[in-house]
Amino acid sequence: MTVNKPLPHDAAKLHVTGAARYVDDMPIPANCLHLAFGLSPVAHGILKSVNLDAVRTFPGVVAVLTAEDLPASNDVSPSAHDEPLLATDKVYYIGQPVFLVAATSHAAARKAAQKAVFDIQELTPLLTIEDALAAGDEFEAPLVFNKGDTAGALETAPHRVSGSITIGGQEHFYLESHAALVMPQEDGDMLVHSSTQHPTEIQHKVAEAIGKPFHSVRVEIRRMGGGFGGKESQGNALACACAVVAQRLNRPTKMRYDRDDDMTITGKRHDFRIDYTVGFDGDGKIQAVDFNQYCRGGWAQDLTAPVADRAMLHADNTYHLPHARITSHRLRTNTVSNTAYRGFGGPQGIVGIERVIDHIAHHLKRDPLEIRQVNYYALTGQTTPYHMEVTDSVIADITAALLASSDYKNRRAKVDAFNAENTILKRGLALTPVKFGISFTLTFLNQAGALVHIYADGSIKLNHGGTEMGQGLFTKVAQVAATVFGQPLSSVKITATDTAKVPNTSATAASSGSDLNGMAVKNACETIKKRLIGFIAEKWGADPTAIRFANGNVETGRQTLTFAEVISAAYQNRISLSATGFYATPKIEWDRKAGKGRPFFYFAYGAALTEVVIDTLTGENRILRTDIIHDVGKSLNPALDIGQIEGAYVQGAGWLTTEELVWDDKGKLWTHAPSTYKIPACSDRPEIFNVALFDQGENTEDTIYRSKAVGEPPFVLGISAFLALSDAVAACGDGSVYPDLQAPATGEQVLRAVLHQQGQEL
Amino acid sequence: MKIEFLLNGEAVSVEGESPTRTLLDWLRENRGLKGTKEGCNEGDCGACSVLVTHNDENGPAYLAMNACILFLPQLHGKAVRTVEGLAEGDTLHPVQQALVEHHGSQCGFCTPGFVMSMAAAHQTGETDHNDTLAGNLCRCTGYEPIVKAAKATETAPVSVAIAADAINLPTTGALQSDQAYMPQSLAEFAPWYQENPDATLIGGATDVGLWVNKAFRDITPVAFLSQIPELRVISETDTGLRVGAGVTLNRLRAAIKTRHPEFAILIRRYGSMQVRNAATIGGNVANGSPIGDSPPALIALNARIRLQKGTALREIPIEDFFVAYGKQDRSAGEFVESILIPPQEDRLKCYKLSKRFDQDISTLLGCFSIPVKDGIVHDARLAFGGMAATPKRASVVENALNGRPWTETTVRTAMTLMGEDFQPIADVRGTVEYRLRSAQNFLLRYFLEDQGVRTRVLEERP
Repeated sequence: MTVNKPLPHDAAKLHVTGAARYVDDMPIPANCLHLAFGLSPVAHGILKSVNLDAVRTFPGVVAVLTAEDLPASNDVSPSAHDEPLLATDKVYYIGQPVFLVAATSHAAARKAAQKAVFDIQELTPLLTIEDALAAGDEFEAPLVFNKGDTAGALETAPHRVSGSITIGGQEHFYLESHAALVMPQEDGDMLVHSSTQHPTEIQHKVAEAIGKPFHSVRVEIRRMGGGFGGKESQGNALACACAVVAQRLNRPTKMRYDRDDDMTITGKRHDFRIDYTVGFDGDGKIQAVDFNQYCRGGWAQDLTAPVADRAMLHADNTYHLPHARITSHRLRTNTVSNTAYRGFGGPQGIVGIERVIDHIAHHLKRDPLEIRQVNYYALTGQTTPYHMEVTDSVIADITAALLASSDYKNRRAKVDAFNAENTILKRGLALTPVKFGISFTLTFLNQAGALVHIYADGSIKLNHGGTEMGQGLFTKVAQVAATVFGQPLSSVKITATDTAKVPNTSATAASSGSDLNGMAVKNACETIKKRLIGFIAEKWGADPTAIRFANGNVETGRQTLTFAEVISAAYQNRISLSATGFYATPKIEWDRKAGKGRPFFYFAYGAALTEVVIDTLTGENRILRTDIIHDVGKSLNPALDIGQIEGAYVQGAGWLTTEELVWDDKGKLWTHAPSTYKIPACSDRPEIFNVALFDQGENTEDTIYRSKAVGEPPFVLGISAFLALSDAVAACGDGSVYPDLQAPATGEQVLRAVLHQQGQEL
Repeated sequence: MKIEFLLNGEAVSVEGESPTRTLLDWLRENRGLKGTKEGCNEGDCGACSVLVTHNDENGPAYLAMNACILFLPQLHGKAVRTVEGLAEGDTLHPVQQALVEHHGSQCGFCTPGFVMSMAAAHQTGETDHNDTLAGNLCRCTGYEPIVKAAKATETAPVSVAIAADAINLPTTGALQSDQAYMPQSLAEFAPWYQENPDATLIGGATDVGLWVNKAFRDITPVAFLSQIPELRVISETDTGLRVGAGVTLNRLRAAIKTRHPEFAILIRRYGSMQVRNAATIGGNVANGSPIGDSPPALIALNARIRLQKGTALREIPIEDFFVAYGKQDRSAGEFVESILIPPQEDRLKCYKLSKRFDQDISTLLGCFSIPVKDGIVHDARLAFGGMAATPKRASVVENALNGRPWTETTVRTAMTLMGEDFQPIADVRGTVEYRLRSAQNFLLRYFLEDQGVRTRVLEERP
């Protein structure tokens, strides 16, 4: 069995030697043109004209295209067809592509793109959630989930608190910015290399852009330099731009965003404001909660609807809410269209309920941990606000294990003692849990395909619909194939994801990559294995039920054959050694308008305890120690899973601390480079960082080897850093004022909250 | 102009390139060496890190540097190793092997940069990994397995090939063309600059690199100052420590550590290892940025700046050099030659406030020297960056301290006057109120630290 083993990433050696090839590293074909977009300098306005003379005459420029020059569809939207590749009559955000430059070098295209003279009649932009609310500009009517009688239960609850929290957005900051390389083929076909999590969508959008059926476009991607959701839909524009120019001039084309362009043009995590009222009893047990979630979508729909849905679906987190009303507003603003980002709204929804728990604890002067535990879902039998029964809640067990492994009780006492002794520095401690729903909420997306070949020498080649962005999907899926055939991992080669090999794929998103593709691969392998078993039984006279594929060999029950020997014989006996595999997640059905159903196949759980220290003079703060126990079921690969958990935690903590997106009052993003947008650096990781997999983990549903998805759930654990800061702030006052910390908790926000505790304002 | 250097152990010479062609673009576009990645093209992410070897005043120096803001002429006479030039045959360099074993790569895009930073640190024996890796951003791993890999290789033998680079460095001639000049002595440079006062002077190019990459400026003609030996000198003199304008921040950090440990700690947070290996003290001062990190420290230390024009030298207090935003007291053809830090009782404390601790531009920086004799403050020097259009002293606050007893009452009274010294602006790094309040609290922190109160989050351990 190669599954369950902590094997290194399949490309690790290529990574460390610089030999791993990304789109920008592919040899540039002769005659290739390099593209750049000219961007709107105005957040909202009527595009009266653009003078492109200086762009066209810039040395090296070969062509300049505007919307009028596009041959077919002018749309790169993944959803509502409201996102033109190039702006037409109006512009909607600063950074919106308005025209396209093709030049003989990357530098020439970028420089030429600066030379346009815009004539734009400026209109008033809506920049914030509050602006859009005041203007009533929502993408759709507010969606409401209802369970029980929330108003009535709030009325009769012994205690009630209300509050509001703003939650900032987040730049993906994948290290590899977006890139596409397109090569015209015969008969007008296009071969597209794109750094995308969603090759099928690239295929569709490119085909529409050049006016061809889907079969005319082939999209290939071997790996991305990070994705995190940012490459689910945001690569469409580059691929379509390249294809349109490639078709027009019959030349290869390449486009890659400079970092500043990438951060300006592409969408980010949705920022939210969440208002809440919660009713509870003297033990802190929640009786009812009423949430209003306000989600900033930006100028176009993109994936805002499902992101906002997922925020609603995670408004309960690990807590049973007997009565709940969750109202979701999806607001349109003249800022970049926000998009998928690890967790896809889930983390924002969870921040809401974790904030509520923290607020209840403050109100009752209790340790928030106790309030959490008293509200945890029972293992089975309780329902979510969307009326799905929870049947696998292991959060209480995980919490108990974490309290023991992290020495919580003593640590709590030590933190309290520290705070009593120190006037300037204060420490904080917080444990937060996660329950994350696994499955695409658009149910039909929960399908995957695979293609497996065994060559005559016994070597195995594998393709599936998932994409590799660093998460180790290819390694895990190869482990599955190797396990089915009892082969070492080295006998399995995974090649680039390719729409010509596996069609109609879903995005590698929603943490579903190994669940869906692992199963599809397993099914393909089982098909071939079944043929082999039939053949072996016949040729070697074996009992089919006794045949075992293990340790590189085939045990027939009567003799041991090498795998290569079996394959060679099968080939000579005209047995098909190639198969497709398919998988569709069972049991799920979901009515989003009604807010009812079973959107998720299962839940993934985990918990983190974070200790921080703050400086009450400046708000500066550090994460000192983090302990995590996370449930990945039966791990397909413990090393890769722990890597996902560590990375997700640090990314989640960054979201809620140093990562601040700042726009000016004209709607220009100020933080468009790593000089101003600060993701965690090496020294920001916790000095003590204990991460363990939940040792009793096993998926109750029949997933691939009973594992659980891991990509997104542990991102949520970063919330423990935020609430630890809140705990430290609370130690600055007399307990009468709730810290009311807003996210991200930059030094400035922390100082503001500290001063608030002391009865002052910044 | 023929630029000669070693590339992965092989001698190369480059002709016909623009003097502001970056090493990164040249590696990827001319040499097909695509292991070195472009992550940000401004020296902030480290994905383009390479290892540059040369011989400096103390022998071989193995430096991690950002290839995206390194112009080809800066390599003249040096050796470069890229990620492709580390493994020997099938044998990985120890840091490469450890990264594989400790699962230190996920998407792999930042990995070549980490590999090179780790290889540089490994070669020199540096084991403060938070420091040596501060200039490499990773978005996937959370850094934990990378640091584990770095720790695991601390005792592994160093690379013979890298060490050999220091021995095999090419002997080079002068570089000169219409567009670029690399003088070999002050005597050559000073008259040339007097005749070419519009030339752009390049120390380490950590700022100038962005003018080229991001602002698309044509900065030619350029003069590269890194091979002028006189500008690289650090010397003890009767009047203090004289630091040549071409001294890199990392060399200054080592030289100042004993005399003013707080200055060294501040420099630790200046950019990153890669940036400090390139950036010079002269460049940081001469640029006149209101948020440059060394001027406030130098002002607090009562440092003097020596300027040279032709053969004429003049020396002024460094605080007088910063006249207004974008304007320094420097005439055409005049350049910063050296900085003098006078001997003094070390009362320096430096408080840098930034969104992220490492590799971040200061929201504000306060550098204070507050001597106390017999319980009375005298000659207080409080200098700030990020609070005004130039690095500037808090004169009103200083006056409220001088001659008064060193007590919390004095401090709290003085703090209230900060608004008379400064009317800071709001920007991406912070609001007016945050800057002003933190500036005031820095003074309180200085006092409390003097009383032994714990105030530094960076010194807190779990």
